[in-house]
Amino acid sequence: MPTAKKRVDKVLTFYIPITLALMWTLFPIYWTINTAFKPEGDIIKKSVDYLPVNPTLDNFRMAWDNIGFADYFKNSLTIAIFTVIIVLIISILAGYALARYDFKGKRVYMLMLLMTQFIPRSMLIIPLFIIFNKLGLISNPLSLILIYSTVEIPFCSVLMSGFISGIPRELEEAAAIDGCSKMQALRQVVFPLLLPGIVATGVFTFIYAWNEFLLALMLTNVQARFTLPVGLSFMMGEFNVNYGALAAGSVIALIPAIILFAVAQKHLVNGMGGAVKG
Amino acid sequence: MELPGSQSLPIKKSKVTVSKKIAPYLFILPSLLMIGIFLFYPMGTVFYYSFQNYDISAPFYNSFAGFDNFVKIFTDDTLFWPSLLNTVKWIISQVGLQLVFGLIIAILLNQTFKLRGFVRALAFIPWAISGVLTSVMWSLMYNEHMGVFNDLLLKIGIIDEPQAFLASTSSAFTAVVIAELWRGIPFFAITLLASLQSIPVDLYEAARVDGAGRIKTLFYVILPQLKRTIVLTTLLRTVWEFNNVDLLFNLTGGGPANTTTTYAMYIANTAVHGSNFGYGSALTVIAFLILTIFAAVYLKISKFEEE
Repeated sequence: MPTAKKRVDKVLTFYIPITLALMWTLFPIYWTINTAFKPEGDIIKKSVDYLPVNPTLDNFRMAWDNIGFADYFKNSLTIAIFTVIIVLIISILAGYALARYDFKGKRVYMLMLLMTQFIPRSMLIIPLFIIFNKLGLISNPLSLILIYSTVEIPFCSVLMSGFISGIPRELEEAAAIDGCSKMQALRQVVFPLLLPGIVATGVFTFIYAWNEFLLALMLTNVQARFTLPVGLSFMMGEFNVNYGALAAGSVIALIPAIILFAVAQKHLVNGMGGAVKG
Repeated sequence: MELPGSQSLPIKKSKVTVSKKIAPYLFILPSLLMIGIFLFYPMGTVFYYSFQNYDISAPFYNSFAGFDNFVKIFTDDTLFWPSLLNTVKWIISQVGLQLVFGLIIAILLNQTFKLRGFVRALAFIPWAISGVLTSVMWSLMYNEHMGVFNDLLLKIGIIDEPQAFLASTSSAFTAVVIAELWRGIPFFAITLLASLQSIPVDLYEAARVDGAGRIKTLFYVILPQLKRTIVLTTLLRTVWEFNNVDLLFNLTGGGPANTTTTYAMYIANTAVHGSNFGYGSALTVIAFLILTIFAAVYLKISKFEEE
């Protein structure tokens, strides 16, 4: 094939589609950021500005100080961090058992983990409300921390067992021969090698806890205890929506998720792909 | 009296083997407890409540209902069948289109080009963005007064006056479907890309030598290699989209005129706005049965176990 034709071919089948795909992906994010920095008067006017004119931080001040995004942010962060800690501890233990031991009931256990993925999430909202209502834990962050942890444990355990299997068993045994106790061997040999897996699992869990909506909506009825998604949803449902502050609140919710995703996306893609491939 | 030393060795040895046998169970115990208490127990109670009249705002009238809730759903519920139909439309459009576009993007991102890692990361971003955030973004764009779609369509001349896309019975469903696609495509792109990377280069070479073009390579080389991943991801996605109400809840609330009320949305509205949890539980039990049967049939038809 002549090079000119080859180049045209490459533009048509690669550069144009990939550019369109990126525009489709990035434009909504750009539009939200653009709106967040617009002065109130500019948002609802006859002509739509596609590029920033007179950018301002007013919307962010409004959202953070007056609407309650400082609270929402703090609530979401607390819940996400505790969820990550619990999920990591429990899924490392379970993943270790799956990767390193043959035990009676292992297949049944694996099957049970898989089955949890088919439980309709909408199925849980009513019974969990009843249970946590009886326990007096409605609007208490503990209820969401426990639920989010439980929802994430099955997938993260399988993910962890994959990462642990990737570490040669001989390394642990060699450490044991060198006089390390089991715990020392785990801490000094296995743990550092497991770090990429821990980061991926932690980020995966954080993003889930940070983003979850329906359970948080169902189990919270005090505005000061809202998480970011519930706070945003509440704002969208108001009669007079303050679009500038809504966009600013969205950017506030967006930043941590994007940063964590950027840090861990490579491990995440490998881990997720691996887990689905089985 | 025996010497303590004479017995200590065998005892210690058996202790080691016992603890080795118990160890894996101790390791999985915390996960079992959490899953048991917060997933399986609540699931069990749903079956119990589905046979009750259970109204959280009027506890005096709580009583055993037998099959009343189920009979009412099948004979007297005007939303049951329409919401199931909406769920079918929702799942087919979401899973089908996410698969097609996810595959296209995965194939594009699997080629070698400059800044590949960075472009991949950008293309996957929506996966990390919440349903509520997606709703906010798209509601800003769909907006009747300030939205970018109205502005563009007016400028091109396709429409004469601003449209309220999310409030019109003819466009609301499509509008939510498009927004959900934005968030859903990267999941398929990620999993399919991971599988694409594991296809040996020789296979492409062999196909090229045999004179296969792009389309033939896609159908005879790529798709058969991806079958396992496609079966599993489409199944997981179907279950996920069945339950997913974040965008429906925030963009339309199930309206206008229930045109965007899927079955899960119906359950969510019953749970959030209503108080008849017995009835909501019965709806939930039916959802569970539908999904279980669907998953079993799907795996059977796709001959998943045999491979």
